[in-house]
Amino acid sequence: MKPNENMLTGAQILMTVLQEEGVDTIFGFPGGAVIDIYDELAKTPIRHILVRHEQGAVHAADGYARASGKVGVCLVTSGPGATNTVTGIASAYMDSIPVVIITGQVPTHLIGNDAFQEVDIVGITRPCTKHNYLVKRIEDLGKILKEAFYIARSGRPGPVLVDIPKDVAKNRTAYTPIEPVRMKSYNPTYQPNKWQLEKVIALIQESRRPMIFAGGGVILSKGSAELTDFARKTMMPVTTSLMGMGAFPGTDPLCLGMIGMHGTYRANMATGACDLLIAIGVRFDDRVTGRTDAFAAQAKIVHIDIDPTSIRKNVLVSLPLVGDCRITLSELNRLIETIDFGDLKKQRHDWLDQIDQWKQTGAMNYDQTTVIKPQYVVETLYRITQGQAIITTEVGQNQMWAAQYYHFDFPDHFITSGGLGVMGFGLPAAIGAQVAQPKKLVVDIAGDGSIQMNIQEMATAIQYGLPVKVVILNNRYLGMVRQWQELFYNKRYACTDMEYAPDFVKLAEAYGALGLRATRPDQVESVLTQGLSSPQAAIMDFWVDREECVYPMVPAGATLTEMLLV
Amino acid sequence: MTEEKHVVTMLVDNQPGVLARVVGLFGGRGFNIESLCVAETTDPEISRITLVTRADPLVLEQIMKQLRKLINVIKVRDMDKSKAVQREMALICVKAKPEHRAEVLRIVDIFRCKVVDTGIEHYIIEVTGDEGKLAAIINLLKPIGIKKIARTGIVALFREPK
Repeated sequence: MKPNENMLTGAQILMTVLQEEGVDTIFGFPGGAVIDIYDELAKTPIRHILVRHEQGAVHAADGYARASGKVGVCLVTSGPGATNTVTGIASAYMDSIPVVIITGQVPTHLIGNDAFQEVDIVGITRPCTKHNYLVKRIEDLGKILKEAFYIARSGRPGPVLVDIPKDVAKNRTAYTPIEPVRMKSYNPTYQPNKWQLEKVIALIQESRRPMIFAGGGVILSKGSAELTDFARKTMMPVTTSLMGMGAFPGTDPLCLGMIGMHGTYRANMATGACDLLIAIGVRFDDRVTGRTDAFAAQAKIVHIDIDPTSIRKNVLVSLPLVGDCRITLSELNRLIETIDFGDLKKQRHDWLDQIDQWKQTGAMNYDQTTVIKPQYVVETLYRITQGQAIITTEVGQNQMWAAQYYHFDFPDHFITSGGLGVMGFGLPAAIGAQVAQPKKLVVDIAGDGSIQMNIQEMATAIQYGLPVKVVILNNRYLGMVRQWQELFYNKRYACTDMEYAPDFVKLAEAYGALGLRATRPDQVESVLTQGLSSPQAAIMDFWVDREECVYPMVPAGATLTEMLLV
Repeated sequence: MTEEKHVVTMLVDNQPGVLARVVGLFGGRGFNIESLCVAETTDPEISRITLVTRADPLVLEQIMKQLRKLINVIKVRDMDKSKAVQREMALICVKAKPEHRAEVLRIVDIFRCKVVDTGIEHYIIEVTGDEGKLAAIINLLKPIGIKKIARTGIVALFREPK
């Protein structure tokens, strides 16, 4: 019997909704529970990137989402396929990245039976997704998928998981296109309160030492232009969190660089001395604040965020403002037009002068001697790429040097696992970013430890001709932990010495990529030039000073202004 | 800041896993739950969860915000005692030897509760009231000997305008 034409299988409904949502790329890995979905996927124009490990699929979807501004999608099978995604999901959750994860599940009649490759992934990911679903009835599938995309991208974005049992994918039902999503219990607040906005203006007028602290929320709301406008019109210096790098041009004279544990001297000193801190799209992570009771102790704090739970969670604020960062900033900019601030140059002179003095005293510097300094590699990379590359990072010292020495002038160019701090994030994220931006140069700044956590994704890059570049700052240590051991554990380097590592040049070649190595400072530039200009994917292995530390450093739990400088 | 007892009620989607989201939130963020009560409302798609927590004002603010952030939670209220009716029911099984039977029945009478089961050596008493009333009757029955007790936890509703 020929099936009714209006009857679609669950897999066909999934494909229909994906295409309605504008999905053209999926990162995934097939398996028994999703074989029907894959069979249908192959009939659509959607591009599938076959990763080598499901963790890589989520990080790639994360990198893709950040570089494209769209929702990243990944598709994996039940059981181990699903559990392997958990780290990636938790990372996307902490960084508020819109990702939809489709997992296969055993058939509904086997759920709860400890079936082969069965796991309660909805239970496992409940605390690390924005929301998740188990689809028990095929009739609900279309609506749930629509909701999943809507929830992932709206409000404070985040990952949403949809668990689809094999029989739901296989069975048929009548399908009618889904109405736009409306949910009674989920309505993010985009428009800020008008009266609160006017209070912000009044606080700016009263303030003598104001500053802005911008975070990932500015980038996620696509509010960088509005932020830049706001800061320049009010002549307020801007510091950013790690997630906020690029939200304000890094080379602007008003830019203070990054705040926090490895923030710049001037950013941290200014935070201690300011009398008004306008925090936009941040959540006051402990790596940012140091001791919270002494954080910005002289300042009134204005906190703008779309997520009410971020406000008054870690620090008390004088003026809370719930709303979308971009909309709030453009409303503020509109109000500013009508206000006469007087001679701003004169008003800000002493404050900006003070910041400039901090800049001179606590400048970032290092001596490039006979061994390669990791900072020199990142600075040279910045110079050669003229700040135009998309940079992804692994986690540890490599991540901090990337943030400190590559000056980000544009949003969506710095892709890092900021909240969860996932080693092994950078390479798959670079692959996702390269898929989203095929014409851009994408570079993963890595350490020799973290690159080995997802090195298998080099095969993915080669299979799809993605010319991602990996810069390994190779110190044969787990450098950040070693740094803590040096400074706070009397140089007992417990289990951080990675004495053995593969030959990364040969490894690159084994994967079919270009492998290059620099062991002396005079080779750094030529290796970078050769590696970056090659049409191939490349691994560049830089043998750097083994015991170089990241400075400035605020010891954990200390006040932000108590920095170790050398 | 001092910790105080709060009765928090919420309307939630009546779906599998919703209670796990609420309870998981408390566990994961280190908030405490002293009692918990869940049942359907007149709309079979919506359930009411009532829970009692002990928190200082800042933590309570986080609890309320975090609960509102859950997709399946429709409405959350802090049931301030001055504005809400709060009640709890308990079933108390009391040892009732002949010499104590009259005393137990006197207490039942004073507190206007009911004996719902009886035997040679026990009574099961059904008592409904606010926290104070339950504490008082438990206090009086303790010396006589409480064999078992089952409490519903507090439920609450805002008073309507007079």
